[in-house]
Amino acid sequence: MLSIRNLKATINGREILKGINLEVKEGEVHAIMGPNGSGKSTLASVLAGRDLFTVTGGEVLFQGSPLLGLTPEVRARAGIFLGFQYPVEIPGVSMTSFMRTAINEQRKYRGLPEMSATDFLKLMRDKKALMEIDSALASRSVNEGFSGGEKKKNEIFQMAMLEPKLAILDETDSGLDIDALKTVATGVNRLRRPDNAMIVITHYQRLLDYIVPDFVHVLSGGRIVKSGDKSLAYELEEKGYDWIKEENEA
Amino acid sequence: MEPVSEKITLDNQLADWYFSNRDLLMSSSSSVFNSVRPAAMESFRKLGIPDASFENYKSTNIPKIFLSPLNRYIEEKKILFSVDDLFHCDIPELDTELVLIVNGWFYENRPRLQVLPGGMIVGSMAEAARQYPDLIKAHYSKYADYEKDGLVALNTAFAQDGTFIYVPRGAGSDRAVQIVNVLLSPEDLFVQHRNLVIVEEGATARVVVCDHSLSARQFLTNSVTEIYLGPNAHLDYVKLQNENDNCNQISTSFVHQERASDAIFNTITLHGGMIRNNVYTCLNGEGASNQTLGLSLVDETQHIDSYTFVDHAAPNCTSNQNFKYILDDKATAAFTGRILVQPNAQKTLAYQTNNNILMTSDARVSTKPQLEIYADDVKCSHGATVGQLDPMAIFYLQSRGISVREARLLLMYAFGHEILGKISVEPLRERLSDLVDKRLRGELSRCNSCPLHCQETC
Ligand SMILES: Nc1ncnc2c1ncn2[C@@H]1O[C@H](COP(=O)(O)OP(=O)(O)OP(=O)(O)O)[C@@H](O)[C@H]1O
Ligand SMILES: [Mg+2]
Repeated sequence: MLSIRNLKATINGREILKGINLEVKEGEVHAIMGPNGSGKSTLASVLAGRDLFTVTGGEVLFQGSPLLGLTPEVRARAGIFLGFQYPVEIPGVSMTSFMRTAINEQRKYRGLPEMSATDFLKLMRDKKALMEIDSALASRSVNEGFSGGEKKKNEIFQMAMLEPKLAILDETDSGLDIDALKTVATGVNRLRRPDNAMIVITHYQRLLDYIVPDFVHVLSGGRIVKSGDKSLAYELEEKGYDWIKEENEA
Repeated sequence: MEPVSEKITLDNQLADWYFSNRDLLMSSSSSVFNSVRPAAMESFRKLGIPDASFENYKSTNIPKIFLSPLNRYIEEKKILFSVDDLFHCDIPELDTELVLIVNGWFYENRPRLQVLPGGMIVGSMAEAARQYPDLIKAHYSKYADYEKDGLVALNTAFAQDGTFIYVPRGAGSDRAVQIVNVLLSPEDLFVQHRNLVIVEEGATARVVVCDHSLSARQFLTNSVTEIYLGPNAHLDYVKLQNENDNCNQISTSFVHQERASDAIFNTITLHGGMIRNNVYTCLNGEGASNQTLGLSLVDETQHIDSYTFVDHAAPNCTSNQNFKYILDDKATAAFTGRILVQPNAQKTLAYQTNNNILMTSDARVSTKPQLEIYADDVKCSHGATVGQLDPMAIFYLQSRGISVREARLLLMYAFGHEILGKISVEPLRERLSDLVDKRLRGELSRCNSCPLHCQETC
């Protein structure tokens, strides 16, 4: 589904991604862990198409086609979803008009007619229930005044609405209390299908107890320095990142 | 020609026009207007058309818009057209008492003056001055100070017709009065109208004003509106400016509020050439409250200049000025908000904000708060922002599949919503929200490109 080959990216001339290689197949869940500032969010942003970063090398194929030349909205319509580490507050734009616009823009792209108001409201209701989202929250402006945890839940709610093929969840677990973590994980697991995939960026092995990954990668200094199965997450929890750095230097 | 002598010539021309038509003016109007004319003219000859030497008119070159040769008439030139056609032209059609003013003159598609159930009187200002001279005299030219502003003086010197609304004590209905000011002429035209709204003690009025041009000619409007709110009166006043880009407009309104009255004065500007809006508010009785609001969407080479002045002349009053501009292309804008808190006006709450979004690096806005506070127990605040649409918000919307264009529209619409949300008449709020949305999408007719070609009817 997604092939990243020797991907390099800079910001203001500083190289952040220094040659990333990653292969994600349908049905798989990949976890990416790694120290602060190692480039995890940068990778997620580059995949979503943020133009703040300049791609200086490598290529990315999504479902067999080159991804990097596409605008963020076209990538989203093709099925890529980014769950933001820091969701953006948009005063004055209601969650409802935001989601209605998003869904209809995606439908238009797929040659489908606009969703009827009743179908749309029903979809909102179902997905709100799935994510245990307060109805009042959905009638407010996008993320405005939402608590940290509410913002993260709202990301997964949007994912549930849009049903992407590839979801990249950037620290969706940070700032969630234990109950919210379970809700989010349950929501995410329900969205897992044999024909979609996920990249889950996290600092905590705990999330991976709920969303069990097929692979765990360690991103450090702009490179994937180690990959393994879910047991790698336990090892990291126990030993930190230093042993990998030492191993790599050796 | 030197700008200074240009102005002198212009001032002289306008004065000459007055003196050569004085007899006609006097003989065709009520004594209510006539009794003020000479003093107003005298004041005009002192002040003239305000140029940049007037502190309040630094941001807009007013003499310039007077210089192009426009036709001016003292007598009404009758123009016939189909009233139904109006509403094809993006004028909100509402369930209202409709008053039509064409080129400043009352249009006789309804009786010149009508007493409605409940006692409200609506119609022509000229007719009202004839039928109710005492009522008019008590308010006419009492709030609009022609000694400070040459444009008000000019309007007062030539005042003949416009809209009159009277809501007697305790009366009021949910039905709004809609004034449609139409510009419709086969030739370029200078138009002045004079309006008066009286809302007596405990009465309620809702007024919607739509300024609209139906000809692709060049127009200049210099209008003055006086509004009186008695004790405990309520007024909801929305002015929609949607004229073609050859229409320049100076619109000056005076809102006089007595005890515990409350008023919303909201100006939504969609299209027009050079627009100057003055709103003077006097909170003259204890506990009055006022909101003076504005939302302007300007593009190409449009210019919008808003001047607001809130005079807190009594204690315990609240005022809120909130103006928002969205500027595209090479549009320019100015906002000056003056708050005066007089020595006796303790416990005043006065707020002012002006937020602007510049869509291009060529658009320009200047914003100037002027606070003069002579009482000590007051809360006043002012703030202004100038910015672009938040790129992070645009990316967030894009990341959900929304195009940049649609994302920008959502954000602009959201920006304007705060002002639109204050419109209390729901169908009007919806209609105006629609119009703003259409305007943002570039789908609103600029009249000269209107598919109906209304101008061919004249
Ligand atoms: N907008 C930016 N401007 C300048 N530098 C940036 C910007 N965004 C990221 N960086 C830099 O890129 C590097 C990688 O940042 P990134 O956010 O990708 O790290 P991360 O692995 O997600 O860290 P964390 O675990 O703290 O979220 C950091 O050194 C960061 O300072
Ligand atoms: Mg990060």
